[in-house]
Amino acid sequence: MIDADVTKTHALDLLERMIFVRRFEQKCAEVYQQQKIRGFLHLYDGEEAIAVGAIPVLRDDDAIVATYREHAHALMRGLSPESVLAEMYGKATGCARGHGGSMHLFSAERRFYGGYAIVGGGLPIAVGLALAEKMQNSGRIVGCFFGDGAAQEGETHESLNLASLWKLPLLFLLENNQYAMGTALERHAAVPDLVAEPRAHGIEASTVDGMDVLAVERAVRTAAEAVRTTGTPRFLQLVTYRFRAHSMYDADRYRDKDEIARWKRRDPIELLATFMRQRGMLGEGERARVEAEAMARVEAAARFAEDAPFEPIEELGRNVLVREVP
Amino acid sequence: MRRVTYREAVRAALRKALEDDPRVFLMGEDVGRYGGAYACSLGLIEDFGPERVRDTPLSESGFVGAGIGVALGGMRPIVEIMTVNFSLLAIDQLVNNAATLRHMSGGQFAVPLVVRMATGAGRQLAAQHSHSLENWYAHVPGLKVLAPATAQDAYEMILAALEDPDPVLVFEHQGLYPVEGDLDESATPSSPWRAAIRRRGRDVTLVAHGGSVPKVLAAAEKLATEGIEAEVIDLRSLRPLDVTTIVESVRRTHRAVLVDEGWKTGSFAAEVCAVLVEGAFFDLDAPIARVCSLEVPIPYAKHLEDAALPRVESIVARAKELVPHG
Repeated sequence: MIDADVTKTHALDLLERMIFVRRFEQKCAEVYQQQKIRGFLHLYDGEEAIAVGAIPVLRDDDAIVATYREHAHALMRGLSPESVLAEMYGKATGCARGHGGSMHLFSAERRFYGGYAIVGGGLPIAVGLALAEKMQNSGRIVGCFFGDGAAQEGETHESLNLASLWKLPLLFLLENNQYAMGTALERHAAVPDLVAEPRAHGIEASTVDGMDVLAVERAVRTAAEAVRTTGTPRFLQLVTYRFRAHSMYDADRYRDKDEIARWKRRDPIELLATFMRQRGMLGEGERARVEAEAMARVEAAARFAEDAPFEPIEELGRNVLVREVP
Repeated sequence: MRRVTYREAVRAALRKALEDDPRVFLMGEDVGRYGGAYACSLGLIEDFGPERVRDTPLSESGFVGAGIGVALGGMRPIVEIMTVNFSLLAIDQLVNNAATLRHMSGGQFAVPLVVRMATGAGRQLAAQHSHSLENWYAHVPGLKVLAPATAQDAYEMILAALEDPDPVLVFEHQGLYPVEGDLDESATPSSPWRAAIRRRGRDVTLVAHGGSVPKVLAAAEKLATEGIEAEVIDLRSLRPLDVTTIVESVRRTHRAVLVDEGWKTGSFAAEVCAVLVEGAFFDLDAPIARVCSLEVPIPYAKHLEDAALPRVESIVARAKELVPHG
């Protein structure tokens, strides 16, 4: 952990958030196995420090663009766990009325512009959102999350160039979990140092330990401030690892167990918990209380989702267009 | 009322749009200093500046996606893709994002995006610059697709597309840009979503859109000299499609020739054919005929290109086959 000057209250808040995300994802896996939710499901275990460290640091009115592995981002943005889980249940009270599912969470009210399931597809949209902020002189910025797989998409190069060329208030947040689905970084990137790419486009970029929530928080705060004051883009590579398989369909044959075990020793939750214990910030029984509260909230959200109504089939054709042509 | 080229009508619409709404701006390859590949935006950068007549790099997916994002962010972009051929590099953004965001977000987001592009063949530009793929886009729910065939329609449809809250694609046939027509900017605009009967006739209905409309009108004139009165329908909007006007016409004439510069297999003419089979089957006195491009990549040599595309003579010949000789 970085030697951060952090209060107990704040550290505990971060720990609670990461544990909540972990338990939320665990519940998703559980109800998926019970076949209560379906489709593709991509879980965030191991990567919690990024969404938890990054999103609360941004302003509430900044815009967020995320990927298909975005439950944590939506939750950290303030979407209720009830609305996110109900979305996965395909319910009308879901945050996209059951039309999006796990990969497409949205909230206009929270300026959460969604989960995108075509890898790299969200980046040009983030460029456009940032262009809108610039043209409207709003003082707001855009945070755009994407993975190491997206780094090899043409749209990513196009977006880096556009953001730099047009001097847009856009913070690129690369969640490098080191696999493009099942293909390891060194097998999909000729230059595995992924900050070379933004630098080639004239964007200041740095690499951050994505398992250290305090490091993520500090880096994102600094970078977001730079974006806001200069009106130009910044790029952070947050190095992380997903503990679970890519999706529920993935047999995870391409990673060896030692590698996974090695990374689990740097579990972001345990890193922070250890740091807190060493500083006397995590009292006896406090961890158990945090875990219990997280589980209780998740269970309540699951009950809400189970009991929620489905969208009537009659509503299916609604919202294809804003204005239907009679 | 004044005589203008189709190109000038497009330019007049763009100018009016920029004058009327500060949220409107143009973006695309060479729209600024160059004045547009087809000179549609010539002179606009001088009057509205480089922020509102924004040159883009050759990054079709990037700037079309940015158009979606900037529209989500409150602006009213008019994105020019130089030609439909290049739109294939942006089809991910149009089909996966622009068309889906409204529905996929449960109705939370709107994408008031206008995309203009040149389409069609006939200028010896060979296989990669001669596509007519508007039917691909007309296939997709969530998009609206317009194909103005006249100067008046070019003017009105661009402004109507801009006023529409949904993503609208405007296909401008490259052969039409130098064609002169009447433009009345003070006229009450007709609905862009309705087909127009460009010529009344009792013997056969000729259906076309965009660049094929002048060919079909010329064919109708020739047919008239041989005693066959053809009704000419200009579809104007491909999605939504004005089924009523097409079906009612064929119920009167009992015969139809569908003209489409796309390849016959999977063409928009195939959709119109299906609509007629569904809506006017028992009114037909002859099989429905289609005049489309031959199933070859569009060749360079003039005589070969002419042979590959729908021609006035082939339309006349097909119509005569359907109408019994007096």
